[in-house]
Amino acid sequence: MSGTKFFMNFPVTETSHLLDAYTARGGYQALAKALQMQPADVTKEVSAGGILGHGGAAFPAGRKWGVVKLNDGEPHYVCMNADEGEPGTFKDRWLLEHVPHMCLEGLIIGSFALMGRHAFIYIRGEFDLPYRRMAAAIEEAYANNLLGENILGSGYSCDVVLYRGAGSYVCGEASAMLASLEGKKGWPRNRPPRLTVKGLYQKPTVVNNVETLANIPVIIGRGAAEFKKVGTPKSPGTQMISISGHIARPGVYEVEYGYSWEKFIYEDCGGMQDGAALKCIIPGGVSTKLLSAKELEGLTLDHISAVAGGSQLGSGGMMAIAEATCMVRVAQVIQRFYHHESCGQCTPCREGMGWMERILDRIVAGHGRMEDIERLYEIGEANDGTTICSLGDSAGYANTAILDHYREEFEYYITNGRSMYDGRLTVSDPFASALAGAGARG
Amino acid sequence: MRPMKHLIPEFEEWKKRYPAGFEGSLTIPCLRRIQEDRGWIADSDVDELTAYLGVPRTQVDEVLAFYTQFTRKPLGRHHIQVCRNLSCSLRGADGLVAYLSRRLGITPGQTTLDGRFTLSTVECLASCGTAPMMMVGDTYHENLTPESVDALLETLRS
Repeated sequence: MSGTKFFMNFPVTETSHLLDAYTARGGYQALAKALQMQPADVTKEVSAGGILGHGGAAFPAGRKWGVVKLNDGEPHYVCMNADEGEPGTFKDRWLLEHVPHMCLEGLIIGSFALMGRHAFIYIRGEFDLPYRRMAAAIEEAYANNLLGENILGSGYSCDVVLYRGAGSYVCGEASAMLASLEGKKGWPRNRPPRLTVKGLYQKPTVVNNVETLANIPVIIGRGAAEFKKVGTPKSPGTQMISISGHIARPGVYEVEYGYSWEKFIYEDCGGMQDGAALKCIIPGGVSTKLLSAKELEGLTLDHISAVAGGSQLGSGGMMAIAEATCMVRVAQVIQRFYHHESCGQCTPCREGMGWMERILDRIVAGHGRMEDIERLYEIGEANDGTTICSLGDSAGYANTAILDHYREEFEYYITNGRSMYDGRLTVSDPFASALAGAGARG
Repeated sequence: MRPMKHLIPEFEEWKKRYPAGFEGSLTIPCLRRIQEDRGWIADSDVDELTAYLGVPRTQVDEVLAFYTQFTRKPLGRHHIQVCRNLSCSLRGADGLVAYLSRRLGITPGQTTLDGRFTLSTVECLASCGTAPMMMVGDTYHENLTPESVDALLETLRS
């Protein structure tokens, strides 16, 4: 058992994502309750719940809402960040596909708390089923007076725009997302001014992750005091965790904060694929520092514990890597991603990402030089804090963590021109036998 | 070549949910719809869209260059996009790409001579728990094996 569940507490069926099923589970009662409150009191309740944002940065959601001045005469916008693209992270997809109304209810409550007339859902371009489910949920909401004019007779009106991206990881960064929503290429903006001061269309804007907003009906519905009884005092509530890689039972799980990390991996997820030994965990998407099996011992699944362990819980996108996996090639795959996704706006990132990828490609090709290791550290440091968004920093951290833990694998590869683990990335490759014997390389 | 004019009634409906005066926001949704209609974006579409939305041509060109889902040239009838990011690599993405390359007789970035398939590699489709996987058109195909890939290609060929 991994404790209380807010989302995965009903049987998933072919119709469980529809409005009727959601209202039968008590859906939209929190919205009705919120609409009877003063907008500022809704924000106060969310603050009192102590929820930390679920997008990765773990910033207190109530504090973000509280910054927006309700009486400034400006339009205010709330934007749901459904541009889930951090490798290893696929929990928002589950929420969008299975509880789209819960996400939407949270967005409408958020928009009411900030007195917004228009709210936005920025959904990843590749997410076809989540898009269709959310589009249908929005239409159901309009048809049942949960959106549009005079919602539930409260006098509050709100329109929701469902906006589909077109393929860009960096648009998951809040300011890049707003540039994309304005119909431009997704370049992050320098801050300050903060987005809560000048965001979408230069107006105060709050960007929240899908899971954060999906928690709002729980907080308002049960009340902050009840919400805080779940999880730990500093990380209240639950966390959706998506786990992948060399794990026996990959998938999306919901755990109460404070749950034992080892218990989660070895019991709930069934340990490693084919009984392999665990080498390391990337805890919250590729941008978070990896933790070796040893470092994981005794840690609990919450933000404080993850930071104490030397990493972050990030977006809850965990990857498990088995012993005898070539970490040089892991670094190469991660770096290829960062180079591909660098938006090109800041020179250290634009140039540094490609440089790091070329170095790693050279090492993997068997032509590495010993000074390459120091060079990788240097490029990572040159990126740290010198770019508008954190994509450049993240690439440096990811590489540095691999180098710190597995430097001997890099040295072996460079000295011998080949991998200590034969360049292996898989525990069992489903295509190996089909490709063998025909001269094709796996 | 069909002009985008027949889509304008649909675009007009979309405008109603946006705050007034920010029609430029419709650039990406309109481009997506045009591409859905024809399969790619022609120069004439860019001309028509800039005139319709009143946005600078450079903005539309930049958008088309920036986002990976847009294409300015026709692709094969079935666009196969294989995820090869870390989770998929740990579960055999390299083998999947090699297997598809062999079955289709093309390498990533190429289209089969009969125009039926285009093969691409992409970085993370958020389906890490069901790796290895690929997207064909808009549809995800997950937990792939040689047998399931063969069965799928057979369906797409018929």
